[in-house]
Amino acid sequence: MFDIFLDDAPALVVVLPLLISAIIAFMPSKIWPWIISIITLLLHLFLSLHLLKEISVSGLIIYEFGNWEPPWGISFKIDGVNIGLQLLFSIFVLVSTFYSRKIFLNEIDYRDSGKAYSLWLLAVGSLNGIILTNDIFNLFVFLEISALASISLIALGAGQNRKALLAAFNYLIIGAIGATFYVIGVGFAYAMTGTLNMNDLVIQLAQYSDGQLAIFAGMSFMLIGLMVKAAIFPVHIWLPPAYSYAPSAVSTLLAALATKTILYFFVRLLYEVFIIYPSYLSLFLDFVLYPLSLLAIFIGTVIAIYQDDIKKLLAFSSIAQIGYITLAFSLKDHSGVASGFVHIFNHALIKGGLFMAVGYFAILYKDRVTLNSLKGFGYKYPITSFALLICGLSLIGLPLTNGFISKLYLFQALYTNQMYFSIALVAVSSALAVVYFWKIVEQMWFSEIKFKSEKEDAYIYLPIWIVTISIIVFGIYSTPIIEFSNLSADYLISGYQN
Amino acid sequence: MSNSFLIILGIITPLFAALFSYVCRYNNNLRDSFGIIGGLITFVISLKIFHGIQNNEVYQITFFTLFDGVDFAFKVSALGSIFSLVASSLWILASIYTIGYMRGAGEKNQTRFVIFYSIAIHAALAIAWSGNLLVLFIFYEILTFSTFPLVGHKQNAESQSAGRLYLSILVGTSLIFFLPAIFWIWLKTGTLDFQDGGILMNKFPAGYLSFLIAMLVFGIGKAAIMPIHRWLPAAMVAPTPVSALLHAVAVVKAGVFSFLVVVVYIVGPDFLLQTKSSDWLVWLACFTIMASSIIAITKDDLKARLAYSTISQLSYIILGAALASSLALKGASFHIITHALGKITLFFCAGAIYVTAHIKKVSDLKGMGYKLPLIFFAYTLGALSIIGVPPFIGSWSKFYLIMGSIEREFIFVAIILGISSLLNIYYLLQPVVIGFTQNSKKEIKLIKAPLTVWPPLITGLGCLVFFFYANYFLNNISGVIVN
Repeated sequence: MFDIFLDDAPALVVVLPLLISAIIAFMPSKIWPWIISIITLLLHLFLSLHLLKEISVSGLIIYEFGNWEPPWGISFKIDGVNIGLQLLFSIFVLVSTFYSRKIFLNEIDYRDSGKAYSLWLLAVGSLNGIILTNDIFNLFVFLEISALASISLIALGAGQNRKALLAAFNYLIIGAIGATFYVIGVGFAYAMTGTLNMNDLVIQLAQYSDGQLAIFAGMSFMLIGLMVKAAIFPVHIWLPPAYSYAPSAVSTLLAALATKTILYFFVRLLYEVFIIYPSYLSLFLDFVLYPLSLLAIFIGTVIAIYQDDIKKLLAFSSIAQIGYITLAFSLKDHSGVASGFVHIFNHALIKGGLFMAVGYFAILYKDRVTLNSLKGFGYKYPITSFALLICGLSLIGLPLTNGFISKLYLFQALYTNQMYFSIALVAVSSALAVVYFWKIVEQMWFSEIKFKSEKEDAYIYLPIWIVTISIIVFGIYSTPIIEFSNLSADYLISGYQN
Repeated sequence: MSNSFLIILGIITPLFAALFSYVCRYNNNLRDSFGIIGGLITFVISLKIFHGIQNNEVYQITFFTLFDGVDFAFKVSALGSIFSLVASSLWILASIYTIGYMRGAGEKNQTRFVIFYSIAIHAALAIAWSGNLLVLFIFYEILTFSTFPLVGHKQNAESQSAGRLYLSILVGTSLIFFLPAIFWIWLKTGTLDFQDGGILMNKFPAGYLSFLIAMLVFGIGKAAIMPIHRWLPAAMVAPTPVSALLHAVAVVKAGVFSFLVVVVYIVGPDFLLQTKSSDWLVWLACFTIMASSIIAITKDDLKARLAYSTISQLSYIILGAALASSLALKGASFHIITHALGKITLFFCAGAIYVTAHIKKVSDLKGMGYKLPLIFFAYTLGALSIIGVPPFIGSWSKFYLIMGSIEREFIFVAIILGISSLLNIYYLLQPVVIGFTQNSKKEIKLIKAPLTVWPPLITGLGCLVFFFYANYFLNNISGVIVN
């Protein structure tokens, strides 16, 4: 009986959360929406594992919706590039949903619980769609659904702080501009080639060997639109307020996964489709993405140092970390793309863990978490604080944490490409990361105020510690992450070399 | 007991000491005794390993692979056996001294202090026995982080800013220079293991070696070569047991030890001698020796003066490593022992004077020599050893360093070493002279703290006694460094 469903697993991982979200939207209970979401996401994880099994056998799954063949119908594609990300996505969403219950109960009116989880699942389904889709217009649809769901989720933070509304509005406007850019680009591409399917697009584009201005314009529009969505410097301005004023559970989900999925699509578009114009691609990578990444790394880190609000500090650190990822992607070789994927995985865990811990502090402190308000938290809430410490050390990139593995492979990739200036910059910025992170640690453990330890909620700290332990485990046993990343890079780069 | 078990036991004993101290935090005597017990255990283990190394035994253990060609592994080298012996033996005395000092000075948060003290020793031992450069780096960082709470122990504005400076310089330099240097070595050779004779020969471009040496010497900020020395005087806000054991022995010695290990087991002295890539460092080390000696003269605060003296003495070891000839390396390795013994004596005395008489400044020491004869006696022994007067142990390492510089035909360096000894005499013996010659009219109330008096006497006499047993240590050293 299950076989019927399993055949449709690629569609179900996206459709299932979307469907359930409609069902629970008006549920007045404060617990049932959460339980249903958890069951849905367990199924989601099961389906993802099934996909992994399929992929390890066949290597490629093209799922055609309604059996319409690809150039006409919408199709999903699962291959080595996205299977690792799909798995990470599935697991992390499950963990953060566990984490979210008590957080949501504290931050929003319990009667809104149904709506919150409805939006939550909507965001999950659409972000998952971004990972799987093989159709550039379908991507736009998922981008919009995920943006609207995220914006509404961010606006739920208004119960705590009215600025959440402004942050959501900012995201709405800037996100809409990004999406518009993207869809204009798609329009150009469609006008020239008459197709929206990515595989077909590659074939059709090949006939315009060089010099079609409309194609280049379309590509540029698409890339800029995606850059806005992925918060690549300097079009990142929507991100810090959005992450910092959203309810804590929401910022966890967004920080860990939202930008990552878009970055994934971004790199897929670059190396799978735009690859047929090597000169355009290297122009974009060398003169746009590469310098912007360096700026993002440096400026993001420096601004983070001057933040007083912890969530904002983490958000600016995210800007810098996205810079690391795009820096790796701009390298045009296997080692670069692989190290970018390594950092996508690792940073999702690190930033997810950090936002989880800080989000819990926000609940405990019942106000925005600033540097001052963290005084003595190391003694007051030792379990969560210790998790925060480990995640932070990983963010800096110390050995035995997965952040170190990221740095290692990034350095290796930069070195093989002889980018010594970038190596120096990355080294300096990871040293600067010590500055902003240590300000937090100092307040938590070495301020003069002392507290007796208080009871912490196991429902909240267990998910935090699951993430934290995975950070250490993947720091010591990094093989799974490395293999998935190498697999992704194999698929993407083989196209480049041919 | 198997050899690998000895390593594990030695490394985790300080951690257990820390754990038990926390468990017994409500019983002060019990809590503080674990430092002494842990010290004794690690000392016995270090001694056994030290002898084992003399008999060509191999002590190593591999836990798991971190990434291609780099394991999480420990392997005791001859140099490491010396460093661990120094750190563990002095930990016993320092623990006794800590009890006397912390209670005499009425410091707060003693439990936290004892715990992080033990963790710092754990890190120092792990550095001594690390099997490759990355493991060394990991524990190098742990050492930095575990000593931060000790530096900022008083939790006032001054100690907080000092702690921040301490952390930002040490972690900053290690992340900006040391870690990329490690990556560089790994990319070129595919390994980071310590091997006799080094691993870089024929694999690393000789033209860039000076640059790598620079990244290493500035990246290992704990070696406190100028201009990366500011953290050391700043760290003197810590209670004196920290300055004594950590900032005269464990932390700074971990720094110079790391550099020495890199020169001996990674770069290889032969490679250095061929390329002459470290000759520039000889001059920087000389500059540091002279400059910090001169600054030491101007300092009236006894601990600050000792701190600058430490900076100057550390550069002796850097100097020896940079010269890279067999005699110089011998001197540099031996200086780890001699300076540790001498400088811990001086710091012990400085702390004892502070606890008993509440005097911090050299100019306030007038007439104190007659009131605190034992302390001043111990201080004089330590000072003479550091100056390098026979029959004190410090004369050996200085002798070898001078021989080494003559061997490399750096006559000027030998002269610098001589001048530096003269400056040492001035700024180290001045407190003694003031203490015994001038009289003070001030009435000073003395507090009895016998536990702060005996440790410096023991180490001070050690400086004298071990002069005659120098070969005992030198055997181990000359085993390693064969050009």
